[in-house]
Amino acid sequence: MATQTDLVSIAPPPLIRIRDLTVGYIAGHGQPPAPALHKVALDIWPGEIVGILGESGAGKSTLAGSILGLLPTSSTRAGSICFQSQVAPNQDLQMQNLLRMGERRWQSIRGARIAMIFQEPGLSLNPVMRVGDQIAEVIRAHRSQSRAVRKQGCEEILREVGFADVQRIYRAYPHQLSGGELHRVAIAQALVCRPELVIADEPTRALDVKAQGEILKVLLEMQRNVGSALIFITHNPALLAGFADRVVIMYAGRVVEQGPVGQVFQRPLHPYTKGLLRLFPGSQDAGLSEGRLPGIPGTLRTADYQTSGCIFEPRCSVRTAVCRNEPFAEQVSDDHRVSCFHYGN
Amino acid sequence: MGTEATARAPKTALVRIAALSKRYSQAGGLMGKRFVVDALRGADLDIAPGCLTALVGGSGSGKSTLAKCVAMLEKADSGEIWFEGNTIWPGTSKQLSRLRPKIQMVFQDSASALNPRLSAAQIVAEPLEIQNLGKRSQLRERACELMTEVGLSPDWADRRPLEFSGGQRQRLAIARAIALKPALLILDESLSGLDLSTQAQILNLLLDLQAAHSLTYLLISHDLTLVGQVADFIAVMHQGKIVETGNRQQVLGSPQHAHSKELAASVRVVEEAYRTARVGIER
Repeated sequence: MATQTDLVSIAPPPLIRIRDLTVGYIAGHGQPPAPALHKVALDIWPGEIVGILGESGAGKSTLAGSILGLLPTSSTRAGSICFQSQVAPNQDLQMQNLLRMGERRWQSIRGARIAMIFQEPGLSLNPVMRVGDQIAEVIRAHRSQSRAVRKQGCEEILREVGFADVQRIYRAYPHQLSGGELHRVAIAQALVCRPELVIADEPTRALDVKAQGEILKVLLEMQRNVGSALIFITHNPALLAGFADRVVIMYAGRVVEQGPVGQVFQRPLHPYTKGLLRLFPGSQDAGLSEGRLPGIPGTLRTADYQTSGCIFEPRCSVRTAVCRNEPFAEQVSDDHRVSCFHYGN
Repeated sequence: MGTEATARAPKTALVRIAALSKRYSQAGGLMGKRFVVDALRGADLDIAPGCLTALVGGSGSGKSTLAKCVAMLEKADSGEIWFEGNTIWPGTSKQLSRLRPKIQMVFQDSASALNPRLSAAQIVAEPLEIQNLGKRSQLRERACELMTEVGLSPDWADRRPLEFSGGQRQRLAIARAIALKPALLILDESLSGLDLSTQAQILNLLLDLQAAHSLTYLLISHDLTLVGQVADFIAVMHQGKIVETGNRQQVLGSPQHAHSKELAASVRVVEEAYRTARVGIER
């Protein structure tokens, strides 16, 4: 087996390298900003699917907003998000810190090289514009192509996301399409410029299980065709099994565990991950014990975000005195990291 | 089963619903066409006492209409509903008002279901006040007891609903619903929109309350991930009819109707996903 240094030398650099990313929202004058992300460290490699798993308040959407440069101006940011970019074909790769990039530069990246699929396509699409024109608009913003070529590009991407009657979809207004069709349109819109990274923020939240499966299939197929890396944000671990390559578990603005999906689901190490996965039928020790669902006791309180120790300590069943210190991300195996002092128990 | 059910009042079921139909119609717009929806088309359902019955089905299958008819918030066009052996539909409004406290409902969106201008204690005490069940000071004390029972600190009695988290608000709605010691609690998608770990906590609370007060639940849901683990009975609804009922093992294990098969398959997909995730690592 190759040693650690060998791996580093042959592996391509990550597409996105996030280090110590700390984001806060300014609530009012003179008040300290409300923390949303705390020292997040994460790498995204070209072409991989990374699932970001967490419950409400975990900071999943703030993380997406940070990568896309869509944080509100009333936010504080620290740390770095480096994006690997090649300005011209023959030039060397450069790492650019997205947090320090100006809005003009952003406009050439957002939509073309980093794209987003939003939660509700019914709301994110313009209701008074034909669907085809909305996809063409993305091409027009980034490529100088004639109208006919743009239209061709749109029709091609619509065919790729599985529409048989491309003409009907192209000319339709959003309200004339079903929920499933709108989702596919949103995927087409995000992928039309063949971006290197796509972020999908709970794209299937409002759908029933059957429709969810269909959308995931389209997304997976497209991701393979285009070769983009995909960040898939969800609160439902079941969607990630058999779909994502890696899973990143977030809790209260921290990454508490990350690793290959199979490894994390087979052997969750962080007490929070264990508690979350126990709720699912088919997972280890799922089901009722003494007439109760195995859950995670307590709730995440706003005051807990400020802790200098382990963020999960107040709700944790294996906590000890050492948990009042801040845990560091310990590398358990190749790519499996966990921030817990007691992960072995 | 329908005709037999109509023939006599139930002996064992807490609620028996027979051949219930309900049509919503709306006067037409410019074209003068009437817009008609048959929400219920002869639904039959028995709700066993002391059990948790899950009512599942796709959107538009009539789940909420059925629940509203049982809660006497909506009037069915035809069919019958019995509660503890008494007819509640068709029934006179006098009979109904006597029975109303016994059937309570918890809605999906607690943020809009609870009056934002009342304090937590006022919200919980309001049903008691309406039924003239005590003086003001007693009501507040009782409200604090109920809050404690659902896992909310009485110190929060003066907070407004929007100062609570989603899960806490749903606990508040449950405290209000059990204030009058009902026999039947209807939860209309009350867990949807909550995080899974919060859903599990609320379900555990419901199980505790059931043991303490011998409550019967009718829980409407479109997601069987957790509900499928705790429901005693599952009734599957499709196009205004109950197409299958049975205990959890029957409906999830060997579903008969095409629609139930789909639902059961969705639960199995989740299990399968975990299994393959595991197999992946074993190889």
